Amino acid sequence: MRRVKSVIAENLVKTYDKGKVRALNGLSLDVEEGTVLGVLGPNGAGKTTTVRILATLLTPDSGHATVAGIDVIKDPDRVREVIGLSGQYAAVDETLTGWDNLVMFSRLYHLSPSHSKKRAEELLEQFSLTDAAKRPIRTYSGGMRRRLDLAASLIVKPKILFLDEPTTGLDPRGRQEMWGVIEGLVKDGTTLLLTTQYLEEADQLADEIAVIDNGTVIARGTSDELKRQVGGERLEIVAETQDLKKVTAIVEKISGGKVLVEESARRVSAPVSTGSKALIDAARALDDESIHPLDIGLKRPSLDDVFISLTGHAAEDKKEEEVVDPRARKRKKK
Amino acid sequence: MKYAVSDSLVITKRQLLQLIRVPEVLIFSTIQPVMFVLLFRYVFGGSISTGIPGVDYVQLLMPGIFVQTVAFTLAGTAVGLAEDMQKGLIDRFRSLPISRAAVVFGRTLGDGALNIVVLSVMGLAGFLVGWRPSSGLFNVVLGFVFLLLFGFSMAWVGVLIGLSVKSARVANAAVFIAVFPLTFLSNAFAPTTGMPKALQYFAEWNPVSTMVAGCRELFGLQNIFGVTANSWPSQNPLEMSLIYMVIIMAIFIPLSVRKYINTASK
Ligand SMILES: Nc1ncnc2c1ncn2[C@@H]1O[C@H](COP(=O)(O)OP(=O)(O)OP(=O)(O)O)[C@@H](O)[C@H]1O
Ligand SMILES: [Mg+2]
Repeated sequence: MRRVKSVIAENLVKTYDKGKVRALNGLSLDVEEGTVLGVLGPNGAGKTTTVRILATLLTPDSGHATVAGIDVIKDPDRVREVIGLSGQYAAVDETLTGWDNLVMFSRLYHLSPSHSKKRAEELLEQFSLTDAAKRPIRTYSGGMRRRLDLAASLIVKPKILFLDEPTTGLDPRGRQEMWGVIEGLVKDGTTLLLTTQYLEEADQLADEIAVIDNGTVIARGTSDELKRQVGGERLEIVAETQDLKKVTAIVEKISGGKVLVEESARRVSAPVSTGSKALIDAARALDDESIHPLDIGLKRPSLDDVFISLTGHAAEDKKEEEVVDPRARKRKKK
Repeated sequence: MKYAVSDSLVITKRQLLQLIRVPEVLIFSTIQPVMFVLLFRYVFGGSISTGIPGVDYVQLLMPGIFVQTVAFTLAGTAVGLAEDMQKGLIDRFRSLPISRAAVVFGRTLGDGALNIVVLSVMGLAGFLVGWRPSSGLFNVVLGFVFLLLFGFSMAWVGVLIGLSVKSARVANAAVFIAVFPLTFLSNAFAPTTGMPKALQYFAEWNPVSTMVAGCRELFGLQNIFGVTANSWPSQNPLEMSLIYMVIIMAIFIPLSVRKYINTASK
């Protein structure tokens, strides 16, 4: 049975600076109703641009998109009635309290004053912010701000939710909490499009993943499908530099496949099909040669490997941009 | 749209709430004009002659400072909107199912309303240093209504500036460059009769001057004009001010609303 597509984007093209920057280059994707699509890509891939177009904040140069069957370009007002958006940087009024913000946004969703207060209370409770309700957002931690921002996008239980990098900048605990919240929403049937730079996050939350780079989708599928593209398990040994030659010979014999030697990481790896037997064989062979490896193990492919094999560069390649002050980026964006 | 008015009021209310949560803003935005009153009253008061026998400087000064203060309403509007843009709040508002004019209407209403507080405090300060309008309560209140309207119309200029610049700091600078010459090349602080002839035309027909002249009339004072003394705007400063306000709003409201709608959809 074919399910309904809640979000469809076809051939989106978006350029900035009068065509000098090509942010989206014929991007197409879709999200089935009630599922989670993880849009995975490094800095500058076009994630935010995609979300902003789907959330009616930006008009594409060409291409076509619908959300809940409504055209985002021709009928943005109706789209706004069914979506929730939590952007990359928390967008709430810093001078007001968490409570003030939620009441204000509830009023803007046209809930009555008393209903707005009730809803604000519920959301604060749901996002464990009740204790901080009467404090200005200025005093919130990054994680609290992010949660409040998400809460504000859930006031009327949107059918379709867009989350742009919901956990960027959160510590591991904050990230875990956020994942818990998002999983809860999905259980309630919300259709979700989520962008992330974290492969682990897409793996954890998304039913389907679209990998994007330079403004186009370069691969899509479930996390298992993508992993299959890169192959099965790999034997991986890290050893002292002077031992690398011998280690390479050992791995070659056990694997029979193509051996990858990373000199700088002092790492030798190759695909294996015999599972733990390969590991034991390797350990024995190393011992015979009196080599003490720094690390030895079987590695299942991570989405990182998927990314490298798809794009030829690691997802982290452009990471340095991440340290740029978000305000500075914002300014650049206008 | 059915919710246009209530959406705008929610935005206005947000601004008033901000003033309660961060009262410093209100305190400083009233201290500054009060400081102006005191400085001008005591620093220049002795040396600037009013040219009207029996009228001391503070009587002429107060309408001038009132107008200058409400003219600067647009600074708050521009800076506030530029900040909202920078922080992504405008994006969030634009993703909500609200009336498209609500955010800017709410903002100008809020900034206009803030003037009620500022003008009251200034009026009181003026009274304490000798300001005594001689025209009766009705005319004084009417004068304040004019001032509030002028502030509201100037706020719309601020919307366009705030949504056009890249940061709050630029907004602030842009506003000062735009408004300072307007308030000083006017009759607000000193009679225009001392200016070069060519400048007098500008200084006397500038909206700030017609507003100041209009307020002086309403507060029971006589105006002294230079070269334009017999022209219609100088004879009818109140009417002229109203015309200016209508022109400002007719130009800037549609431009600002359009700017808001298109602001990020580049
Ligand atoms: N307003 C703008 N003006 C000029 N270039 C822009 C603008 N907004 C985005 N870009 C450029 O478009 C490209 C895509 O940007 P986008 O913000 O969509 O990337 P992203 O995947 O969200 O990145 P990040 O992970 O850093 O948030 C980048 O090269 C970016 O520099
Ligand atoms: Mg982004």
